[in-house]
Amino acid sequence: MSLGGADDPGAPTVLHGLGVGRGVVVAPLAVLRPAHQAPADEPPADDAEAAAQQVVEAFAQVAAALSDQAARATGALAEVLTATAAIAGDAAVAAEAARRVRAGTGPATAVTEAVEGFVAMFTAAGGYLAERVTDLRSVRDRVVARLLGVPEPGLGALSVPSVVAGVDLAPADTAALDLAFVVGLVTEEGGPTGHTAIIAGQLGLPCLVRTPGITAVPDGTVVALDAAAGQVLVDPPADVRARLQQRADAERELARDTAPGATADGHRIDLLANIGTAADADRAAATPVAGSGLFRTEVLFLGRQTAPTLAEQTEVYGSVLRAFGDRKVVVRTLDAGADKPLAFATQADEENPALGVRGYRLVRTLPDLLGTQLAALGAVAAGLDEADRDHLWVMAPMVATPAEARDFATRARAAGITRVGVMVEVPAAALRAREILAEVDFVSLGTNDLAQYTMATDRLRGELADLLDPWQPAVLDLVAATARAGVDLGKPVGVCGESAADPLMALVLTGLGITSLSMSPAAVPAARYAVRRHTLAQCRAIADAALAAGSAPEARAAALALTASEVRTTLTLG
Amino acid sequence: MPQRRATIGTTTGLHARPASKFTQAVAATGTDVLIGRDGQPAVTASSVLMVMGLALQGGEEVLLSADDPSAEQTLEELVALLGTDLDAS
Repeated sequence: MSLGGADDPGAPTVLHGLGVGRGVVVAPLAVLRPAHQAPADEPPADDAEAAAQQVVEAFAQVAAALSDQAARATGALAEVLTATAAIAGDAAVAAEAARRVRAGTGPATAVTEAVEGFVAMFTAAGGYLAERVTDLRSVRDRVVARLLGVPEPGLGALSVPSVVAGVDLAPADTAALDLAFVVGLVTEEGGPTGHTAIIAGQLGLPCLVRTPGITAVPDGTVVALDAAAGQVLVDPPADVRARLQQRADAERELARDTAPGATADGHRIDLLANIGTAADADRAAATPVAGSGLFRTEVLFLGRQTAPTLAEQTEVYGSVLRAFGDRKVVVRTLDAGADKPLAFATQADEENPALGVRGYRLVRTLPDLLGTQLAALGAVAAGLDEADRDHLWVMAPMVATPAEARDFATRARAAGITRVGVMVEVPAAALRAREILAEVDFVSLGTNDLAQYTMATDRLRGELADLLDPWQPAVLDLVAATARAGVDLGKPVGVCGESAADPLMALVLTGLGITSLSMSPAAVPAARYAVRRHTLAQCRAIADAALAAGSAPEARAAALALTASEVRTTLTLG
Repeated sequence: MPQRRATIGTTTGLHARPASKFTQAVAATGTDVLIGRDGQPAVTASSVLMVMGLALQGGEEVLLSADDPSAEQTLEELVALLGTDLDAS
């Protein structure tokens, strides 16, 4: 952590991190506290009877606090809190913990053991009950915190719009956030393509990851989170706040432009939204995008013990298609494995899951998963009018060879899909894009994974983020080769990785001949603005300059040097 | 020892929210009530965790029992409550 302005006591502290997106926000900080475990060698209480009473009382206090929070919350959050309050208020679990204390177990250990008994029972039951295990553990953490005299883990109920900070945010943490009061996210750990960053992008929240020191800032301190600059200003002075507020206003102005994506001279480039759920589809369809370029179907499969049924999948895919009406939706079939483990599809014994049976490769071991998914998509296609059927595009992830592409195309067409494609995320596929495109109707570049496999760099290792940079010349070369194959064969080549969300990269991709860019809906206005202020010839010159550079920073600098000055200023591209 | 049979009226089953409503009603009676499937060990009906742990499905039949011989009326009311759709409101 670096302290800004050591010579100037009036300057605010600056914390540095990796910005996700470009947003800016000024708001008080709310720090998510980690859970404390019961000490491993906790001694029995001196007065077992009094300690047992205290345990019962701690459960009651947690139940009361949760009920209180539930009463002030609404919707799904209120339901989760009410259910959690009921668990904390349960006589059976408190009585079991008290019994263990009387038998000579330390109080915090007794609570942990009593809860673990129910955890084991619920886990064994599976299904809905297994999903309640998170609530049980949340109650355990709160009761243990009271017994140890430490702050309760998690966030208190937010009462004002706040920037939420934590060491990292687990999916359960983000699910419990009251989004009406979250205006930004900052984490000490995590990477730019991790869970927190994806959620932030989806919700259009300014976000900073890998920001050491943020959880040491006291709760309630006003901070200015500037994702474009990759920094958090702690307690900024009034003039800085005013300047950042102006920038936030300018960004809202950009969002008012709803014209289709195109260069200044009318070369069309489709701007699309990445989505994961039917709710995402509803939100994205309400914005001026040309459809969805990436519907991540694995979200439907996450956190479950068994795969969703044919009927369930048909319903969800159908509602996503309906949300977008006459706009196209590119559905990606199940992309599980590696950083997206599924209870029923993860190979337990893989030493390198990113190089293992993941994505389309699951068809080798679990062919029914893909079979059911294609059957559901086929059922949706069959229910569409002839004219609308062409809006359903379906692609497979992690395809490495033309033979795999042909295999997928055969299965998908047999299921009744008319527009079949594959993802280009493996260097082998980019190098053989021409042969792969000969088998399918389109391809889409996943730049996160393509960079991971090209640079041999784990996506989740934040400390290697410089190698994962989509501006790396080797990655740009593979993108260019894929785009060229598409131009030559007259078939669409899209990009649906994070690099599509970078307005400067959008210019490069347009110049390379990419036909569509899919990103979080919040990133679309900046890409639309950047592309509209350059001609196709200018985009080509920018792409050539980036490709000619010797390193990632040089490639970005070369592109930036040819970018219109109004775009650089408005989007604070540096 | 009074006993009553009841049918679960909540079509989605006795998951957290309906189970919580039922167990709160049991606790409010002040009577020790047990709930369970035929031929299986019964659990405390005022414990939401125990009741959730039974994973009772809509339409299933369960047995309610109480130690207190004067609890006939209480059990009748609980049978009626279990027969309604507790997920509805």
